[in-house]
Amino acid sequence: MRTNRHGWARVLLGAALAVGLAGLAQAADSGAAYGAHWKSWQARADVSDLPSLQRGARDFVGYCLGCHSLRYERWSRLGKDLKIPPAMLVKDLIPPGQKPQDYMISPMTADAEKWFGKPPPDLSLIARYRGTNYLYRYLKTFYVDSQRPTGVNNLVFPSVAMPDVLSSLEGLKIAVYRTVEVPGPHGSTLKRQVFEHFKQIAPGSMTPQQFDRFVHDTVNFLDYVGDPQRVERHRVGVWVILFLILFTWLAWLLYREYWKDVR
Amino acid sequence: MSADTPDSTRGADAAAAKGGLWAWINRRLPVDSFISHELTGYLAPKNFNFWYFFGSLAMLVLVMQIVTGIFLTMFYQPGDAFGSVQFIMREVQWGWLVRYMHSTGASFFFIVVYLHMFRGMLYGSYRQPRELLWLIGMLVYLALMAEAFMGYVLPWGNMSFWGAQVIINLFGTIPAIGPGLTQWIRGDYGISRFTLNRLFALHVAAVPIVLLLLVVLHLVALHQVGSNNPDGIEIRDHLGKDGKPLDGIPFHPYYTVKDIFGVGVFFILFALVVFFVPTFHGLFLEPANFTPHNPLSTPADIHPVWYFTPYYAILRAVPSKGLGALCLLLALVSLFLLPWLDRSPVKSIRYKGWMSRVALLVFVVSFVGLGYLGMQPVEPLYVILARVFAIGYFAFFWLMPFYTRWERVKPVPERVVYHAH
Repeated sequence: MRTNRHGWARVLLGAALAVGLAGLAQAADSGAAYGAHWKSWQARADVSDLPSLQRGARDFVGYCLGCHSLRYERWSRLGKDLKIPPAMLVKDLIPPGQKPQDYMISPMTADAEKWFGKPPPDLSLIARYRGTNYLYRYLKTFYVDSQRPTGVNNLVFPSVAMPDVLSSLEGLKIAVYRTVEVPGPHGSTLKRQVFEHFKQIAPGSMTPQQFDRFVHDTVNFLDYVGDPQRVERHRVGVWVILFLILFTWLAWLLYREYWKDVR
Repeated sequence: MSADTPDSTRGADAAAAKGGLWAWINRRLPVDSFISHELTGYLAPKNFNFWYFFGSLAMLVLVMQIVTGIFLTMFYQPGDAFGSVQFIMREVQWGWLVRYMHSTGASFFFIVVYLHMFRGMLYGSYRQPRELLWLIGMLVYLALMAEAFMGYVLPWGNMSFWGAQVIINLFGTIPAIGPGLTQWIRGDYGISRFTLNRLFALHVAAVPIVLLLLVVLHLVALHQVGSNNPDGIEIRDHLGKDGKPLDGIPFHPYYTVKDIFGVGVFFILFALVVFFVPTFHGLFLEPANFTPHNPLSTPADIHPVWYFTPYYAILRAVPSKGLGALCLLLALVSLFLLPWLDRSPVKSIRYKGWMSRVALLVFVVSFVGLGYLGMQPVEPLYVILARVFAIGYFAFFWLMPFYTRWERVKPVPERVVYHAH
C-alpha cells in the first residue's frame, strides 16, 4: 500500500488549503474606508477570561438590558457559567419581578418601536451574526452628527437608530475627515471624504483605557452569550480526540497484523 | 422443529446444521449465509488504496446523520424553528453536540461523497459492467443534495429563508408550468411556515427512506459486478483452481479492519471540527444564518453552503436565468452520462494517456474554482473566471469521447499491482 502515504499527504494538503482559503476570505474584510485605526480596532475576545465576562455581564445589565433582551439566556445559566453567587445574581443583576430561571428579557415596553423606528434587536446571537470585531468597532465609533435625530452617527453602522448610550462614559467625539481626489469618469477627478480620526470634544467619566476595557468586556460577554457552551466544548473535545488517537493507533496495529497474510 | 425439511436449511452454512437457537434463527432468516455471501465471501481486489476508504465512510456518515437527526427531531419544532434550535443548542443535555455533529456531518457527507465520486473518475469505476452502479450512485448524490438543501432550511435563519427562495425559484424557470410548480412546492404564494413544515416532513421521512433504499441498491449492484480497483482490471478474469479470483481477498476481515482504521482517522478530523471550529469559519454554518428569517431583509450576499457553490457559480455565470438553470441541469446530467462518454480502451488513469490526465486536472481545478467563486459576491472579474471554469467543467465531459480515443494509452498489466507490507 505504498500509495497510502501519498494519499494522506494529499488529504492534509487539501485540508490546509481549505483552512487557508477560509482565512483569505476573512482577511478580505478590509476597512480601507475607516482610516488607519481600523486594524487596531480588534475585539480580542476571550471567553475563558472569567473576570472579563463577569464585568461584561454587569456592564450589559447596566447599560444594554434596558433595551436589548438576551431571550435565549437564562439568569441561572449566566450565574452558573460565570460563577456568580446566586445571592449576588438576585441582588445585583436580576431586575425586580424576574426569577433566576427566567430568560434575560429587557423590561423595555412595546413602545420601543415608536421611539426608535424599529424595536431594539435581541442580542443573544449578535456576536455569531456580526462577529466580535464588528461589535467592538460599532461600540467604539459613535460620533456627534447633528443631522441625525439622535444627535449621533456610527462609522460601521451609518444612520443607526440606536442613541449613543455610552457617551456618559466615553464622552463625545467628532469624526474628522480628509478630502482626497479619486479618478472619476472621463478623466475627471472626484473629491471624496475619507475618515481620518476621531477628535474628543467632551470628556466622559472614563479614561480612554477604561472605556476600551469596558467595550472589550461587553463584547467578550456577548461572545460568550452567543455560544455559551464553548469552554465546555473545548474541554470535552480534547479528551474525545485523545481517545480517538488511541483508538486509531490500535486500529492501525490490528490492520497491520491482519494484512501480514496478504501477499 | 421436526417439520423442518432439508430444503429450509439450504444456503445456510455449518452453524445452522448444529442446532440451538442460532440454527433455529438461521433456518428462518439467512443470517449466516448472508454474512458468508456478502462479507466473508465477498472477494474484493487486494490493491485498494487510500481512495477506497470513502465508500464505507459515506455509509458511516449516513448512519450518523440518521441517528443524530432522530434526536434533533425530538426537540425541533417547525412552529418555533429558530428558537427550538437555540433551545437544543443551549438547554438540551448534549444538544449542542448532537446538533454540531449533524451540521458538521452534512458537510463531511459531501466531502466523503465528492472524494468517493472522484475515485470513480480516477479509476474508471463507472465503465462497463458498472454503469448501473454509477447511475444509482448518482441518484444517491441527487437525493443527498435534496436532503441537504431541506436540512439547511430547517433552522429558519435568514440565509435558510433566502436560500429556499433562490432554490425553489429555480423551478420557476421551467417553461409554462414553472410559476404554478413553484407555488405547488411552496404550498403558498411565498416561502412561508407551510413551506418550512413540508420541507421538514420531506427531510426527516421521505428523502431518508429514498436515500436508504438507493444505498442498498448501490451495494446490491456493487456485489453483483464486483469492485473495481486502482488498476481498472477485472479480478474475476483471473480465477484460481478453486474458481475464486486470484487477486481477491475476503472483504471481512481484511477490509473491515482496514476501514476501522479509516473510521478512526475520519473521526479525529470530524471531532476537530465539531469541538473546535463547528462553523468552520462560516463555511459550514454561516453568520447570516444566526439571525432569524426576515422576508424584509435580504442578506447582502446570498449563496448556498460550500457543497452547492460549484453549481451555483455555473448558474450565475450565465446571463439568462432560464439558460443558467439549464446549464446547472446539464452539469448534473453530464455526470450521469460519464459511462458512455468515456471511450478509452483502458479504465484507470494509471494507464490512460496525457490528454485524460490533463482533462481530469482541468475538471478538478474548474470544480474547485467554481466552488470558490460561488461563495464570492458577483464582480466582473469573478463572472469571467466562472465562465472560464464552467467551460473547463463541460469540456472535460463533452470532449471525452474524442480525447479518450485519440490519446495513446499505456499497456495494462495482466494482474493487479500490489506491494505486500
